[in-house]
Amino acid sequence: MKQIYMDHNATTPLDREVLDAMMPYLTEHFGNPSSSTHIFGKIARDAVEEARGKVARLINARDADIVFTSGATESDNMAIKGVAWARREEGNHIITCKVEHKAVLDSCKWLEKEGFQVTYLPVDRYAMVDPDDVRKAITDKTVLVSIMHANSEVGTIEPIKEIGEITSERGVAFHCDAVQAVGKIPVDVENLKVDFLSISGHKIYGPKGVGALYIRKRVKMVPLMTGGGQERQRRSGTLNVPGIVGLGKACETAMRDMEKESRRLVALRTRLLEGIMNRIDHVYLNGHPENRIPNNLNLSFDYVEGEGLIMSLKNVAVSSGSACTSQTLEPSYVLRAMGIPDATAHSSVRFGLGKSNSEEDVDYVIDLLEKGVRRLRAISPLV
Amino acid sequence: MHGFSDYSDKVLDHYENPRNVGEIENPDASATVGNPACGDLMKMTFRIVDRVIVDVKFKTFGCGAAIATSSMATELIKGKTLEEVEELTDKAVAEALGGLPAIKMHCSVLAEDAVKAALEDYYKKHPEDRR
Repeated sequence: MKQIYMDHNATTPLDREVLDAMMPYLTEHFGNPSSSTHIFGKIARDAVEEARGKVARLINARDADIVFTSGATESDNMAIKGVAWARREEGNHIITCKVEHKAVLDSCKWLEKEGFQVTYLPVDRYAMVDPDDVRKAITDKTVLVSIMHANSEVGTIEPIKEIGEITSERGVAFHCDAVQAVGKIPVDVENLKVDFLSISGHKIYGPKGVGALYIRKRVKMVPLMTGGGQERQRRSGTLNVPGIVGLGKACETAMRDMEKESRRLVALRTRLLEGIMNRIDHVYLNGHPENRIPNNLNLSFDYVEGEGLIMSLKNVAVSSGSACTSQTLEPSYVLRAMGIPDATAHSSVRFGLGKSNSEEDVDYVIDLLEKGVRRLRAISPLV
Repeated sequence: MHGFSDYSDKVLDHYENPRNVGEIENPDASATVGNPACGDLMKMTFRIVDRVIVDVKFKTFGCGAAIATSSMATELIKGKTLEEVEELTDKAVAEALGGLPAIKMHCSVLAEDAVKAALEDYYKKHPEDRR
């Protein structure tokens, strides 16, 4: 039976051309880029710098402002804790929002134990932060604002440019976790006026375990990792050369294909949404109806529970904000923050479309969903 | 544990082919436990003749494990006397399913609760049958 992968917001497969770019650096070009006395080191160093340029070009940054990390979790931790520590004497207040990734929320919670105060801004029913709330929350003690670019669960794109205007006016550092946006929609650090921007390799058909943090020149930050002084003292540790080469290639590929692929994904998503809405009743869209990344669709199916429904899509990989797919027994905190009732949150399914998906996949999934919903509603005491 | 890859074959079988689905008309006992806000809701209805559960049906809103535990609970009590049904435990339901992932054990608790609540409904209407 054909397996259909529709969970590209969780991770993406490695692109063949990314793997091909990485292979020589896993085998013959194994040098340590920090080794300056021989050609093995130089080849690796050159490859890293080439990759740095490719990452920088995708987000319109200077090469020197890109720091390679182990992934977006590290990038988020590095930006949030790094700024907090560096600016401790200036203030102890951080602003973020309730629907951020756990890497951001938990970094903020950790800082609260260290004496920082954190404002967790609410979002509207579409998971959108109001820039005016950011403006009002800034005090003379605020050192950092951290707001994501696009939400991983419901796909909503946040008003980053507007928030960037506010933070730059007020002289507050601005971090943006752009993991779900980079490579899918144009992201320009100059236009957005962000000071820090997190990127992950495996969300854009690159390898896992590698990411990057954009750090605007002269914005203060204390490194999380100390040691050999790699990455201009900003992130010590031997560089993951094959991973970095892969990330660079993934960024280059994303830049080349973004426009065309985004158009294709929006068409596929529309087909999926319309197909479901035409054939199944009592279905609700979660997230912003228009202002969303091209590949994400999050729906709630009344009277059926998310995991129960996912189980009926046997050979299709999707995910749910239902508690029954989590460790906590609580439904998705993102859906809750949007004011979605718990029962509806338990009924949510996230479809993450990607390169491997076709119209046939979409039509097949609609068929399965229709059957699954019908079967489960027939045994649901809520109907 | 995430999703259903950790489910036993029996759980998957009861999810796909749930036994005793539906609702008995004019039941001798019925109960609904859980809350859709918590992600699980189970309704049980019994037909009881001479202190024996001669028929039982369920309806469940919930995950795969919730559906499977309700289905298995109905199998375990069908044809049993009230005393035997009183002995039903969440552990017995989980064991009959070949085990459940730790995070899903609450589903078997809910199944036991549903059976016991229906039994209680019966005893309220027929206090003379409580021993």
